[in-house]
Amino acid sequence: MMNFEVKADPELWEKIGVDVTRLSKMREVLTDLYKKAFLSQKNRPEGMRYFDEVISNIHTGRIREILQAKEEGRPVVGTFCVFVPEEIIVGLEGVCIGLCGGSQGTIPDAEKVLPKNICPLVKSAYGFRIGRVCPYFQVLDVLYGETTCDAKKKNYELYAEELPTYVMEIPQMKRKVDEELWLKEVKAFKEHMEGVAKRSLTEEALHEGIKIINRKRKALQRLNELRMTENPPISGKDVLLINQISFYDDPVRFAEKVEALCEELEERVKRGEGVSERGAVRVMIAGTPMALPNWKVPNIVENSGGIIVYEESCIGSRYFNNLIPEESKDLESMLLNLTRRYMKINCACFTPNEERIQDILSAYERSKAEGIIYYSLAFCHTYNIEAYKVKRACEERGIPFLFIETDYSPEDVGQLQTRIEAFLEQIRERRS
Amino acid sequence: MYLGIDLGSRTIKVCFLSEKGEISFEVVESGYDPLKQALGLIQKYPAKLIVATGYGRHLLKEHLSCEVITEIKAHAFGVRHFFPEARTIIDIGGQDSKVISLDKEGRVARFLMNEKCAAGTGRFLEIMAMSLGYKVSEFGEKALQGRGEIKISSMCTVFAESEVISLKNRGANPLEIARAVHQSVVDKILSMVHRVGVEEKVVFTGGVAKNVAIARLLQEALGLEILIPPHPEITGALGCALYKREQT
Repeated sequence: MMNFEVKADPELWEKIGVDVTRLSKMREVLTDLYKKAFLSQKNRPEGMRYFDEVISNIHTGRIREILQAKEEGRPVVGTFCVFVPEEIIVGLEGVCIGLCGGSQGTIPDAEKVLPKNICPLVKSAYGFRIGRVCPYFQVLDVLYGETTCDAKKKNYELYAEELPTYVMEIPQMKRKVDEELWLKEVKAFKEHMEGVAKRSLTEEALHEGIKIINRKRKALQRLNELRMTENPPISGKDVLLINQISFYDDPVRFAEKVEALCEELEERVKRGEGVSERGAVRVMIAGTPMALPNWKVPNIVENSGGIIVYEESCIGSRYFNNLIPEESKDLESMLLNLTRRYMKINCACFTPNEERIQDILSAYERSKAEGIIYYSLAFCHTYNIEAYKVKRACEERGIPFLFIETDYSPEDVGQLQTRIEAFLEQIRERRS
Repeated sequence: MYLGIDLGSRTIKVCFLSEKGEISFEVVESGYDPLKQALGLIQKYPAKLIVATGYGRHLLKEHLSCEVITEIKAHAFGVRHFFPEARTIIDIGGQDSKVISLDKEGRVARFLMNEKCAAGTGRFLEIMAMSLGYKVSEFGEKALQGRGEIKISSMCTVFAESEVISLKNRGANPLEIARAVHQSVVDKILSMVHRVGVEEKVVFTGGVAKNVAIARLLQEALGLEILIPPHPEITGALGCALYKREQT
């Protein structure tokens, strides 16, 4: 696997209007980064090979598949958020793609337009767009936006100048009126997507969409159960990678591959075979999402004798927790069930949001973690402020807690290394 | 015989602990090749049991058989040696500042470290001293001659330097500016101290603990006695050696 490379296809890139020189450079950087972060891990499960392949094809094979889907008249929707009603898109046989936003490399592009002091994810994503470095942006039919954060919300106005952009309002309180508004927004999105797909969403089709996405989430839940076992059969980094891939791979194939991997992992658990050294510190991550290829903090944790056993994040449990009941088959109840499922995602954009603290505490218990690293992207005000309440809840219960605020730049790696190592030392000392 | 080495951002400290518990130490500039400096220093001592801390700890481990621990743990060990009853450690080094809270057994309970900039660190004081034409060694005493009439609002080293320059150009008394610079470091540290929570005894370590003004201003603001070990800059290196002794 050391001959791994993120593949290039300049001809294809040229055709879809990508900046070929820059993407060629970027795929070299990604190749190196991936080899160091993933392929150097010991005792990786066989089933990870598929996901290595997916990364290898991130700028080529998957793009060809998407172009093929477009030719078949299937709409391609780009997203940035776990609130996108994927079941509707998939029900209409559309392709749902979580867009790139985890790289430092495109931030200078975005800063030509956007202020410096905003979230790196927002800047990175917009930089991918205006720098034409992300092939996915180049093949979209619709950019799905939502109102979960101020930076993204205002940024969509700029995207809309050059891309067909649809913004769905996500209410930020959890009252009855908010559920009503949400349901209306779900219906409006459905109508919009029907227009894009030039067909209407039948009850059978939505039911099929629900089943496909439920299966994907179920597979990820099963994987999550396995990573929480006493001697984890898979690294936290690999689980994060799979969660990152869940946003842009074909959902049916993806679910099959995750299920196959889970079978292998179940065997490993039976044999008592794990990936980390005995005595590794079990760490839970809570906070903002780590978008591909942002592996900065997990790299430090797992190279310093820790293992990540749970990730309370959008690219993590907030994506796969909760399913939509499959019993109802009429459109109205399916849309209501869908709305209610999405309303259970306890994003920090809500106020109040006590349920998230309960989610974190119960995941901490369930995963038998020994400490929580609360990870907040710089300038993510909602997660940043909510950290205080989580910290307080942890301190009341004697849960070791470390707060990290960072971005994608490498300049604070030394400091983070010290803080994370000291946190692991602190936990080890408590054991004895 | 145990050797602790702290490869800091500005200086390298080695501390040698003999079987009898005698301590000897040395401090050198990190220079442009800290690894070479460190290896040169280590050679002078006969110890086989080496523990490293500081920014260069992992670099050293790549070139020498040694154990690494973080500065946080090292300081906890070093401080307990002089002050077994210590519960709060304030450490201000060249590039980092930290506040560490210890539990009753002396284990690290919580800690905070400055974020990725030089605000509230020794480097900040160095740059400000240079900008005002003072030696680092006299900067604290000069600051205590100021009466606290002005305030620097910028925490960022670069912005604070512009602020100092504009104060100088408005004819402000350099002793007052020095005082304000020290107060800004203390304010930054205090916000960390309050986040971690302060409990007596409070011990101040790191190279900046030799600055009389920082210690005095901290003491006044907290209304508590601040204890300073002899040679506060070697606390981390000493802690490494003590840690190894406890292990073996």
